[in-house]
Amino acid sequence: MSKVIITEKLTKKFDDFTAVDAISFEVEQGEIFGFLGANGAGKTTAMRILSGLSYPTSGKAEVAGFDVYNQVEDIKRNIGYMSQKFSLYENLTVRENIHFFGGIYGLGRKELKQASEELISRLHLGPEANKLVKSLPLGWKQKIAFSVAILHRPKIVFLDEPTGGVDPITRRQFWELIYEATSQGITAFVTTHYMDEAEYCDRVSIMVDGAIAALDTPAALKSQFNASSMDAVFLQLARAAKRS
Amino acid sequence: MRNIKFLLQKEFRQIFRNTAILRLILAMPIIQLILIPLAADYEVKNINIAVVDNDHSGYSRRLTEKMKASGYFKLTDYSESYRKAEAAIGRSETDIILTIPRGFERDLIREQNTELQLAADAVNGIKAGLGAVYAQQIIVSFNQEIRAEWTNGLSLKQKVPVTISSALWYNAEVNYYLFMVPGILVILVTMVGSFLAALNIVSEKEIGTMEQINVSPLKKHEFILGKLIPFWVLGMTSITIGMFVAYLIYGILPIGSFLVIYTYAALYLLAVLGIGLLVSTFADNQQQATLFAFFMMMIFILMSGLYTPVDSMPEWAQWVARFNPPAYFIRLIRAVYIKGSGFEDLGPEFLITAAFAVVFNALAIFNYNKRG
Repeated sequence: MSKVIITEKLTKKFDDFTAVDAISFEVEQGEIFGFLGANGAGKTTAMRILSGLSYPTSGKAEVAGFDVYNQVEDIKRNIGYMSQKFSLYENLTVRENIHFFGGIYGLGRKELKQASEELISRLHLGPEANKLVKSLPLGWKQKIAFSVAILHRPKIVFLDEPTGGVDPITRRQFWELIYEATSQGITAFVTTHYMDEAEYCDRVSIMVDGAIAALDTPAALKSQFNASSMDAVFLQLARAAKRS
Repeated sequence: MRNIKFLLQKEFRQIFRNTAILRLILAMPIIQLILIPLAADYEVKNINIAVVDNDHSGYSRRLTEKMKASGYFKLTDYSESYRKAEAAIGRSETDIILTIPRGFERDLIREQNTELQLAADAVNGIKAGLGAVYAQQIIVSFNQEIRAEWTNGLSLKQKVPVTISSALWYNAEVNYYLFMVPGILVILVTMVGSFLAALNIVSEKEIGTMEQINVSPLKKHEFILGKLIPFWVLGMTSITIGMFVAYLIYGILPIGSFLVIYTYAALYLLAVLGIGLLVSTFADNQQQATLFAFFMMMIFILMSGLYTPVDSMPEWAQWVARFNPPAYFIRLIRAVYIKGSGFEDLGPEFLITAAFAVVFNALAIFNYNKRG
């Protein structure tokens, strides 16, 4: 097992506000890594640094073996990203979105065709593939967005609250897709507010006030905090937060 | 290059799917070219005049008739009371009061000398000023008429020792459309080039696709070219439609060559696209971009010489106009349409516009950050 994300005292300050406070952790290849925390705890900021959207103020971080300070272009080629803000083009069809995003990640004509047929059949899209994205239900859009984010077979896929606003069944289906991807060696780095989803993760870190307050498997965390569910673990930790 | 192909394909698909934008680009030139020249005519008509006739003579009635017959004035009141006419000005029912004094006819015949009074409501300065000038012209001509009657036309020549003969060059009939229509085309192209592009980019920020692009391996210049090229094409299309409509509706064609106009437009669009790009780096949402666009359009239009000549602005305003790209295009397109100017006459316009293009785009690229 190799490590695909390594951070050491990674810090991000906005003026005198420390959004991310010297966090250190490692993520193994093929792992589902849950990145939890209350709103404003610094999850999104940390994720933006790791995906090359933001510079850290200090500390070290390597993503897919590349340095976040000066090898951002290499990082970008090796990661996928799906944010809570919806990220497909609504006025393009599913096929056109696949074609565009696959294209800018450097997939060749044959690969593009093959990858898009695969995606369409895996999600059972059929004729819906030729419809505009905006006409599809949210759950479908999220599944398609995820599939498009891993179209170029990245080493790591960053998922920022990917299942916001959909029903439990659709969320479950979405997680099936994540399992499928990680079984093929893709690492999933997920932020979420749903504690049942935290149970699906291999390991979970919980951020409080910019720092990592706990990091372990869900089972170990539950026994450590003497709690019956991740929900209880999270509440114990998040209650201690000074900023919210 | 391959990435730019994907970007262009995506952008054109979206543009052709967005019927609102297509309609805007087609309808805007047509509607603007029909409406604005008609509304922005400098000639003032329908000036409301009140005549206070204290004389009630043949001559006073004849002068009043002459005012009415000129086509510029509408007689709103014909009375004996100046106070009543003044009250009508207060209610904005009258623009100008012409007061004919008691004994007008008698003095005119006996002393060949009398005085008329004109009072104008200057709230609308143009209407008041032009109205007073028209009224004076009518009075002068009335004056000449009766002199001619008395002297059987003999002394008329002696009374006017100096005559001015004026000749208007290039636009001999002072065809107002020839002046306005090319200028309006420039404003159109400016809107398409700058603000349509800015709004498009800002909307990607809003929806979140911009972030998706930012985490991708796309290079900054690829993304920018992917936005510049489609809107450059749209801008060139809109000026083509505009010139065609100008010919269809007003029969206006440039005396000079289309090549000059297109070459300049190609360069000009790069400059205004740079402005659009720059706006999109500042604005976080479409509301901000729209408000800013609205503010900038006012400056673009009012400081460009479209309506009022830049040369008659105060010194400081002329300096502002020097940094206003549409001012150069308007000067150039009028010169090509009306005088037939060619490349050799328009060197400064080309050079300055090229400088604008470089500066605005450089600022935009500098400001466009994929990373915070």
